[in-house]
Amino acid sequence: MNPIISGASVIAAGLAIGLAAIGPGIGQGTAAAQAVEGLARQPEAEGKIRGTLLLSLAFMESLTIYGLVVALCLLFANPFIG
Amino acid sequence: MFFSLAGVEVGTHLYWNFAGLTVHGQVLIITWIVIAIILSITILGTRNLEKEVPKGLQNFVEYLFEYISNIAKDQIGEHEYRPWVPFVGTLFLFIFVSNWLGALIPWKLIHLPEGELAAPTNDINTTVALSLLTSISYFYGGLKAKGLGFFARYISPTPIFLPINILEDFTKPLSLSFRLFGNILADEIVVSVLCLLVPLFIPLPVMVLGIFASSVQALVFSTLSAAYIGESIE
Repeated sequence: MNPIISGASVIAAGLAIGLAAIGPGIGQGTAAAQAVEGLARQPEAEGKIRGTLLLSLAFMESLTIYGLVVALCLLFANPFIG
Repeated sequence: MFFSLAGVEVGTHLYWNFAGLTVHGQVLIITWIVIAIILSITILGTRNLEKEVPKGLQNFVEYLFEYISNIAKDQIGEHEYRPWVPFVGTLFLFIFVSNWLGALIPWKLIHLPEGELAAPTNDINTTVALSLLTSISYFYGGLKAKGLGFFARYISPTPIFLPINILEDFTKPLSLSFRLFGNILADEIVVSVLCLLVPLFIPLPVMVLGIFASSVQALVFSTLSAAYIGESIE
């Protein structure tokens, strides 16, 4: 096993999950803030807001998960280690 | 001991050779258990149907049916949703039961010669199969509803969008399968890492979060499948 390839793979795995967490983090914060604002304005719409919020949070979460999948591929199923 | 209960082996499988094909045995075992659970609940719940006041298991099964048909109705629309309820419901129930079975039952107590028992959805092959089923069914639904006019969607709104529209057919199953696979595997990995660091009490909230997240993933998968089907038959 080439040590440069394995070292680069570990660094890349860390970068993949770290960078992939930035955008969805900001997005989830914005979505939650807007949901709280909507709740404060219209407390009777709680059920609908909660459902929509959870669904959209799951979508944003999946972007980080894609980064995680790339990181897992690099760590456990690396195609470049021949 | 606690770590051995929560450990995750990524990339090792129990290989079965079956008619020249190599299959992942541990996934198939749990898949059969999931199918058996769903079948027995539905069969027991629909025996001796009472028309007046449903109670017990029949009540539960009716609640499930209403929940699932609401998912399909919200995404596909009032008029065409009925034929798609079985498909969407199968996806939802299979993913939900397999996620919860993987999270709730300590499968690690059963030792296999290789690999380990876990939720079937933490194997990429299962999730790719489920998402390809979604692809096939929205093509089928679109072709059945519109005939060859279904392919007009590739050049809508203008022919410039042709490459993007073709690409979308590949990114839909890709994102569906990776979302489910990554979420389930990520939960297991987080729990196992926390068990390695602090074996007592600290992983419990994360386990509860994992159970919650896996039920949301079942909802997301079935909602998105219904939305893709509704988009193509509209």
